[in-house]
Amino acid sequence: MKQGYLDEQFCQVEDLQDEASPNFAEEVATLFFKDSARLISNVEQALEKYPKDFNRWDAYMQQLEGSCSSIGASRMKSECMSFRDYCGQGNVEGCMRSFHKVKREHGALRQKLEAYFQLLRQAGPAGAATRPGM
Amino acid sequence: MVLSDATAFPYGLRVLVVDDDPTWLKILEKMLRKCSYEVTTCGLASIALQILRERRNKFDIVISDVNMPDMDGFKLLELIGLEMDLPVIMMSIDGETSRVMKGVQHGACDYLLKPVRMKELRNIWQHVYRKKMHEVKEIEGNDSCDDLQIFRNGVEGFNERGLFMRADSDTMRKRKDMDKDHADQDSSDGATVKKARVVWSVDLHQKFVNAVNQIGFDKVGPKKILDLMNVPGLTRENVASHLQKYRLYLSRLQKQNEERIMGAARQDFSHKGPSDNLNLRSSFQEQPSNRSNGFQHSSQKIQAQTNIPDPHLDETKTSVTLKVPDKNGTSVSDAIDPQNITSASPLSGVFSFERMPVNQDRKLSETMILECQSWSGSVPPKQFMQYPKHNHERCDLLGDYSCLPKLDLEHPIAPGHLYAPPPVISMSCSVEGDVRDFSDVKPDLLDCMKSLSPALTCTVESVSAQLSDSVVTSTNSDQKFSSVEGLSSIKDCDFDQERNQATLLTSEEASIICGTDLTCLHDDLSGYQLQGVSFGNIGLNSIDLFQCNDAMALPGLQNNWYDDVEFSSETMEFPLLDGGLFA
Repeated sequence: MKQGYLDEQFCQVEDLQDEASPNFAEEVATLFFKDSARLISNVEQALEKYPKDFNRWDAYMQQLEGSCSSIGASRMKSECMSFRDYCGQGNVEGCMRSFHKVKREHGALRQKLEAYFQLLRQAGPAGAATRPGM
Repeated sequence: MVLSDATAFPYGLRVLVVDDDPTWLKILEKMLRKCSYEVTTCGLASIALQILRERRNKFDIVISDVNMPDMDGFKLLELIGLEMDLPVIMMSIDGETSRVMKGVQHGACDYLLKPVRMKELRNIWQHVYRKKMHEVKEIEGNDSCDDLQIFRNGVEGFNERGLFMRADSDTMRKRKDMDKDHADQDSSDGATVKKARVVWSVDLHQKFVNAVNQIGFDKVGPKKILDLMNVPGLTRENVASHLQKYRLYLSRLQKQNEERIMGAARQDFSHKGPSDNLNLRSSFQEQPSNRSNGFQHSSQKIQAQTNIPDPHLDETKTSVTLKVPDKNGTSVSDAIDPQNITSASPLSGVFSFERMPVNQDRKLSETMILECQSWSGSVPPKQFMQYPKHNHERCDLLGDYSCLPKLDLEHPIAPGHLYAPPPVISMSCSVEGDVRDFSDVKPDLLDCMKSLSPALTCTVESVSAQLSDSVVTSTNSDQKFSSVEGLSSIKDCDFDQERNQATLLTSEEASIICGTDLTCLHDDLSGYQLQGVSFGNIGLNSIDLFQCNDAMALPGLQNNWYDDVEFSSETMEFPLLDGGLFA
């Protein structure tokens, strides 16, 4: 978990966890993956349906970037940013490459986080407090 | 669940969060709850608007994402500003200056970058608080006359006004319920001065727009709108405030269609007249300034004007109309007007002023700023610039004040020389070394003034106008002032007087607002003037007085200008000064 997948925003989210919502971070992560999958497919459709419509691409990717920022998915977010940079340059190739990287990062993060929450559940409440590395 | 009904002010703040990103919505909700705020979330801008309209007065602040699929966050922001008058915080992943600027232009009270931090959210209550404070200030600025009473009553008056004046009739009825609902909220605000918020429902706003359309945009004024709307409980300042917002809103729309900012500003100015001093100010700021110092003053003064929307103009109108007949009533000034045109025509500066008296004669009932408007409208751009310049000049005078020493050399006798110096100095400055000539002229002027004096019942403002103008005039044509003799020069002055009334209104209003010892000031000044003493002194003094009164009554507003309190105490020494100078 330490390879920069997540940034301090994730800690913020974890800090929000309390007795009222003991699984808050996991709930947020679940919500994030559900929604980001939708946003990714939005981008994918836009790439197919509206070739070279960089403004539209950028708008969709901006949504995804915003979503990434919520949970602190830093690597995914930086890929989103480079996608948007390519949009600004009108670089279709770059956009495509970035988009695939975004998808890859998304999948990787999902795996890591699932494992992470699995670990937390096994460790129990005590484990949550120590927060096994990231 | 965090308790939403907490005890102290920021707690229980009712926040509406609008974001199409469900993850962010969840996080923000949690964060805000942790801040002990009362949170409502919403994923669509249109629904947010619906919620806000249905549940009026149930929210204190709105946090909205910029990019939303159904409605641009800026659009939402504008609608909220127009209808609900709630503080809105925008948030976005993009921190581009242009985007942030757009948010601010549309009325966002803050612009947060995602990821939004808890500590930022913890602080948002400040926007609610600030808004309340500003609303109180608005009252201050809005009613010169009405507020006199408030000033007399002091803070007590403010509280009364703020707490018991509800505008919307619906709100009036619901007030009791609301008090029950939010008793803790209200009581927690007790420490601050709070003004009841007027809720501009769609219906109410429509009534407002109808009224505006009926009256016609050029002539529109809060009072008229209020009468037309005929909504019980709605106060003039409510309307005035909303009118200002509405104008801003329209001018933004307009600006989007305008190619050039300057063009837009001028158009706004001429089309909307009355309370668009804001635009005026913006055009001022585009003027090159000779002295940054003086310039600052001028814009500051204008700013004061902006705080005083049309309603006051209605009130001022009376004083103006009174003044004008006075002047026109005298045979001397009647004769002066036509002559003035010829004598003044070579000067572009003076030339542009000529229209002022004409306007006044034609339509006495017009409000001050309207006159300014037509003035600027009728005068080509170059002369339009003259207007700012004139203000500017006056401020230069104030600026020059700082070089007192020079003054003393001129008239070391004056007991009240604290006062006298500034004018003389400024004159010497603007006349560019023709000081001697100028003082030569003075006796003539004095004589003429004396002959005029019985008829002239000018008040402080017009006198001060005289001063600043005469200086301006002299600057425009250095030779002219010094070479003029007797009557003609007086004509110029008169002439300027008229023009200046408009511009000096601010000071008048300000002094009215302050309402301190004004009566005796007037007496002193008019007495002074009747003796036909130098214009300079009076004008400067009254300007100073304005500031000093201002500073006294509204501490902290402008008191950084001078040590004004001292000035006001010196007022009584005028007569002495006269004697010294012109004996």
